[in-house]
Amino acid sequence: MQLTNRSKVVVKKEMTFVEKLYLPAIFSGLSITIKHLFKKKATLRYPEVTREFAPVYRGMHVLKRDEQGRENCTACGLCAVACPAEAITMDAAERNKGEENLYREEKYAAKYEINMLRCIYCGLCEEACPKDAIYLTDRIVHSEYTRGKFVFGKDVLVEKVDERIDITKRKKTYKID
Amino acid sequence: MSVLLFKVILIVLIFLISLGLAAYATYGERKVAAFLQDRIGPDRAGPFGLLQPIADGVKMFLKEEIIPTVSDKFLFILGPSLFMVTALMTSAVIPWGTPMEFGGVSYPLQVADINIGILYVLGVVSLGIYGIMLGGWSSNNKYALLGAIRASSQMISYELAMGMSVIAVLLMTDGSLSLNVIVEGQKGLNWNVFYQPVAALIFIITAFAECNRTPFDLPESESELIGGYHTEYSSMKLGLYLFAEYVNMFISSAVISSLFFGGYNFPGLEYLQTVLPTNLVSLISFGVFFGKILFFIFFFMWVRWTIPRFRYDQLMRLGWQVLMPLAIINVLITGAVITFFGN
Amino acid sequence: MTSDIVFFLLAAVSVFTALMVVFSKSPIYSVMWLIACFFSIAGHYVMLNAQFLAIVHIIVYAGAIMVLMLFTVMLLNLNKESEPHKSIFTKATAVITGGMLFLVLLAAMRSTQLGAYEAPVTTDVGFVQKVGMKLFTDYMLPFEMTSVLFIAAMIGSVVLAKKERNL
Repeated sequence: MQLTNRSKVVVKKEMTFVEKLYLPAIFSGLSITIKHLFKKKATLRYPEVTREFAPVYRGMHVLKRDEQGRENCTACGLCAVACPAEAITMDAAERNKGEENLYREEKYAAKYEINMLRCIYCGLCEEACPKDAIYLTDRIVHSEYTRGKFVFGKDVLVEKVDERIDITKRKKTYKID
Repeated sequence: MSVLLFKVILIVLIFLISLGLAAYATYGERKVAAFLQDRIGPDRAGPFGLLQPIADGVKMFLKEEIIPTVSDKFLFILGPSLFMVTALMTSAVIPWGTPMEFGGVSYPLQVADINIGILYVLGVVSLGIYGIMLGGWSSNNKYALLGAIRASSQMISYELAMGMSVIAVLLMTDGSLSLNVIVEGQKGLNWNVFYQPVAALIFIITAFAECNRTPFDLPESESELIGGYHTEYSSMKLGLYLFAEYVNMFISSAVISSLFFGGYNFPGLEYLQTVLPTNLVSLISFGVFFGKILFFIFFFMWVRWTIPRFRYDQLMRLGWQVLMPLAIINVLITGAVITFFGN
Repeated sequence: MTSDIVFFLLAAVSVFTALMVVFSKSPIYSVMWLIACFFSIAGHYVMLNAQFLAIVHIIVYAGAIMVLMLFTVMLLNLNKESEPHKSIFTKATAVITGGMLFLVLLAAMRSTQLGAYEAPVTTDVGFVQKVGMKLFTDYMLPFEMTSVLFIAAMIGSVVLAKKERNL
């Protein structure tokens, strides 16, 4: 059955005298390669120039804070349930008096760990989160020397108050009709 | 200034130029390869990566030196040394430019104007095999031995066709094998390549084979023989092999351009000789010669990144059944034309 | 007098390397010494102003024939253990034949009269042009005979190499 019309029938016919000389073929090859000498190069000089990420790129996670600098996460565990690789673990704790400026709601994650070696960067945690707390960003997980260092805790994941991570490109707005 | 002093200076200069050019040929090879493949190539060491050869050299020197315990140590060290020596020896008979003049005495820009010049080149080229064979055998490694055997049979096969193609050129030169006479016979645009295109083609092909360059790089084919004859080599001994290959390329380019492409001759050389001072003309002719050499080095690289490697039986068939008869027929036709039609 | 010194140096090197060819244990080293010997002989040719002969000697012997020798020795994979043990009878015959050859040589040397050597008048006797002229005029017949011999050898080797395919 013919699937496409691009298939070529291979014919092993005797080469003509000109073909046996090889020289025309060699010269046409040389002319092809010399054309590439003047073509635009595909290489990016990496550390100086970086390739732009797609808006849907899924890299290292971030735990967001709200406008007043309070952590969004309430340790509901939906992300851990959604995670197909079981990379996320957390311990919940209740908010004490005087901590209102740290956590947005009464419950918060005392410990929140993602094992970056297990994570498959599918983004399901982001989908599952009802509190707008976890997002995947275009940051790259750096290499480490030991496996243990790839278990990222809150110290790495939660964004700093004074250097917010921009996730507007990834934020989805659902229209409910 | 005595002739001896001039010769010593010339030898040292040629030595330095060969080595320097070989070093930058490695850089050029990587750049040309990159550009032909739409990449940039080395650009980190210095501006445009120009210090890359120095970095490579330092790396080669500082790497650990490994001599296999079951190898023949003396021959193992002798191999790369011989290869380098033979690579550098050929440059002695090449005329680099028109003679210079100091205090009314003329000094030719050639180390040794012996009247068997081109035979000397062929002789030294045929000795180059020993470096590869000894290195390959003394490594006590199957791949190295295979590479060495391939190298020797390939070089012997292509040497014959090379010699035959040169004979056609020699028939047109009157009565001397000296490269100087051959170059002087190609004044202006009277280049041998226009009279002997077949010989030029055969010579260039065999030069590729003698230098172990793609498409004839079977002795060191990475994909089949790991590294061929230098599989077991490390550190600067490997460096010598790789380096000598580029020196060989430089010398072959010089021989090709002086045999078939006029050497230091270019249209208008005679006119310049009447107008400008002798030494300036000498330098200009040297520059022109060097330009031709650089073009052929580029050509070597250009071909390398265009044509895939030959299969071994194809290589032998090309050498013995195509190039060799073609060269003999070419000699016969040239001889007949000279006999019946004069020069 | 420098030419004398060079001659004696070259002669010493030739004799030494030739002896080393016989005395070295490994066949590879024998081949290497033989190559060195050929080089010193080429040096002698240059001393006699026969540059053409010298370079042809190097191209043909050192460049091609010795490569084939080396090639064979490398493929034979000769070890000290695999060397066949010769019987006393063989050794005795070898000694006798060698000794007889030596005697003949000695006798020949005794009867030679060492007259004064006259240097050739022309110094370019070994140059390509002269050699070519001699070869193609005075020595035309021997030259052509050798080429016929070579062709016979070449055809013979081709026939030998092709034998199995035809059968």
